[in-house]
Amino acid sequence: MLSRVASSVYWLSRYVERAENVARFIDVNYNLTLGESDTLGDQWAPLVYTTGDQIPYEKRYGAPNRDHVLKFLLFDEKNSNSIISCVSYARENARTIREIIPAVMWEQLNQFYFMVRSAATNPATLDQPQEFCERVRLASHMLVGATEATMSRGEAWHFSRVGRLIERADKTSRIVDVQYYILLPDARDVGSALDVVRWSALLRSASALAMYRRQYGKITPNSVANFLILDTQFPRAMHFCVRKAQESLRCITGSQTGTFINLAEQRMGLLCSNMDYTSVEDIIQQGLHQYIDGFQKQLNSVGKAIQEDFFTSQQSQSQSQSQTVNENSQSQTS
Amino acid sequence: MRLAPYQYSEIFDEMFAPDGSPRASGKLFVERLQTLTEGSLQQRQKAADISLQNMGITFNVYGHEAGTEKVWPFDLLPRIIDADEWKTIESGLKQRIHALNLFIDDIYNECKIIKDGAVPEELVQTSKTLRSQCKGFHPPQGVWCHITGVDLIRDQDGQIYVLEDNLRCPSGVSYVLENRELMKRTFAPVFQGMSVAPIEDYNEQLLKTLLDCAPEGVNDPTAVVLTPGIYNSAYFEHTFLAQQMGVELVQGPDLVVENGYVFMKTTKGLRRVDVIYRRIDDDFLDPKNFRPDSALGVDHLMDVCRAGRVTLANAPGTGVADDKAVYAYVPDIIKYYLGEEAILPNVPTFLCSDAKQREHVLANLDKLVVKPTNESGGYGILMGPHSSQEERDKTAAAIRSNPREWIAQPMLKLSTVPTLVGDELQPRHVDLRPFVLCGKEIYVMPGGLTRVALREGSMVVNSSQGGGSKDTWILRNGHSQTEINHAATALEKF
Repeated sequence: MLSRVASSVYWLSRYVERAENVARFIDVNYNLTLGESDTLGDQWAPLVYTTGDQIPYEKRYGAPNRDHVLKFLLFDEKNSNSIISCVSYARENARTIREIIPAVMWEQLNQFYFMVRSAATNPATLDQPQEFCERVRLASHMLVGATEATMSRGEAWHFSRVGRLIERADKTSRIVDVQYYILLPDARDVGSALDVVRWSALLRSASALAMYRRQYGKITPNSVANFLILDTQFPRAMHFCVRKAQESLRCITGSQTGTFINLAEQRMGLLCSNMDYTSVEDIIQQGLHQYIDGFQKQLNSVGKAIQEDFFTSQQSQSQSQSQTVNENSQSQTS
Repeated sequence: MRLAPYQYSEIFDEMFAPDGSPRASGKLFVERLQTLTEGSLQQRQKAADISLQNMGITFNVYGHEAGTEKVWPFDLLPRIIDADEWKTIESGLKQRIHALNLFIDDIYNECKIIKDGAVPEELVQTSKTLRSQCKGFHPPQGVWCHITGVDLIRDQDGQIYVLEDNLRCPSGVSYVLENRELMKRTFAPVFQGMSVAPIEDYNEQLLKTLLDCAPEGVNDPTAVVLTPGIYNSAYFEHTFLAQQMGVELVQGPDLVVENGYVFMKTTKGLRRVDVIYRRIDDDFLDPKNFRPDSALGVDHLMDVCRAGRVTLANAPGTGVADDKAVYAYVPDIIKYYLGEEAILPNVPTFLCSDAKQREHVLANLDKLVVKPTNESGGYGILMGPHSSQEERDKTAAAIRSNPREWIAQPMLKLSTVPTLVGDELQPRHVDLRPFVLCGKEIYVMPGGLTRVALREGSMVVNSSQGGGSKDTWILRNGHSQTEINHAATALEKF
């Protein structure tokens, strides 16, 4: 397929996944702060940390508070990672490749876009963001569902899946990194009602609560880390995401298990095998934050290699300038 | 529902005769409309509007924000043409396109028509759309103009005239197909059993036309659609056609010329391209051969085309035949190459390059429509009877300083079709753009884009200036009674 088209389908998925994650973070956080007076009153700052945009946020809004954070994450068009920006970029990408995606995908994304635009003009959305966040999550699921149900398992589908999974792995790693550290100092009263509420919230941020419970039952910090980082069955776990992304890369290149033909595959392979042979005890011992930091660096380098191997290697200088729709996204992982 | 009685006027209405009774072609449709419950038409219209937005059927408008998307305006009431009349139109269009292709080929090669004096040399040599780069070129199958959109209008005398030929990158066919789709989705019970000629095979025909004209010796040709990108006014159409034909939609930077061939850049390296349905104007197609400042085109594309290693549809240089001054000679062109009288007449046209005709135009500016020979989309036109003295003076000066660039035509009264305005049906002016494909054979899509001027009394149908569109029904001969009964039953449930 055309390199430009492959790039667009990849970024389309990433942006939709990103919008969905932001919506889920907000929703969970909002629930968590409801009814709390002060202990959880400062929960809005970690939200900005989770998306990785604390610097631009502080420059423009100063100290985090509920209204500003919501506005920044939902509808701030100057924030390239806000929901409205993500959905607009996704739709712009879709417009440039409308000819290769199934009509239902385009229609679903188009309606998604109009839904977000109209919510942005409604002041009630910021007062009561939950319903909106729910709709964003559903719209994203509908789009993924439409893709799964109607798109041939060809290159375009695989690029779309790689984009979605890389984005998802990145976001889950951020949830674990930021939230885990905020929660850990309080872990001494493990088992208290409040503690369970917070840990459940972390799991819910990744839509992981029910699946976690079936696997482990009781909530313990190590099990939560194990589930979100290393599980190979749960579709939002980091390990699951990189494994499936690797699978799709292989389908694109046609290379055999245990081999690679380009840099993207090599880096992805390294990342996967590292996770295949790591235990949560190793991670805790090494330091969870250090581990996740390393993971994000490796994931970024995979993303860069994909960009170079598939999207830009054929293009000369002047041509890469025309890829404006994707440019904003380069700053996504800080 | 109640149909607003039409006021008799000298303007021809496509649906109703002057006495207010439906014409034969519209009789069944009008009967069905009358059985609709009050308000259901409006309801269907609303549903259609929502579908248009959800499906993202849009066009871009220049001039405001870059590439502002507008939802395509669609009116639920169709324009209906009966089979016999269509037969005449169809053969007239085939004749015209056949002759025009011969003309373009001649102009860039032997110039027989000029040597024989049927068309003045001056006229062709001064055409702004003549491309010297095309001299001596013969495209595969001798086809220059693969895709044509011909604008037709019906004047108050009931006669159909050709208003202009669009031989470069005519737009609108995607909307014809989407309008039909929408009609079926939202107006099914009325549509059912009407025996309307199907248009859904257009994309198949287009693909066949493109592949038929691939460079010689290519067994399994690869075709692509070349677009300037998402900010082009017809971008929706470009994606639509590529998708429907199952070919890649490429932009200039996706293509590269190497070793004398055109390739597209894919995730697996370079892949050869044989046929390019280009939706970029000649000037922007190839910076090395045309405008050097173009960022949309592909270096040396024209060289590959001239070498016969890639087919461009339409071929560069076809614009010479849609120059509006050349248009005036089309009946002569048909006669010269085919030895036949034109089946579809031209609108009478005065050429300002001719001294006598020019004086007539200047003396009658308040009665005529004056058009630049080389603009499209309704730009630069003076509507004499609706113009101010100042506008006429300005146009007169422009004509005097460059007469070759202007033509004039009498003000025509475009026919009307009932259109939903608020709660009632009102007559609105329409034109019609059928699409013609020319490959190994000539195919005319049955119907075409009916554009409608939504403002009362207005004759400006361009979507960029507030025009809308309608589905166009070409009736096939004879309805079977069972079909009609079946549809009537379906309608009761509506």
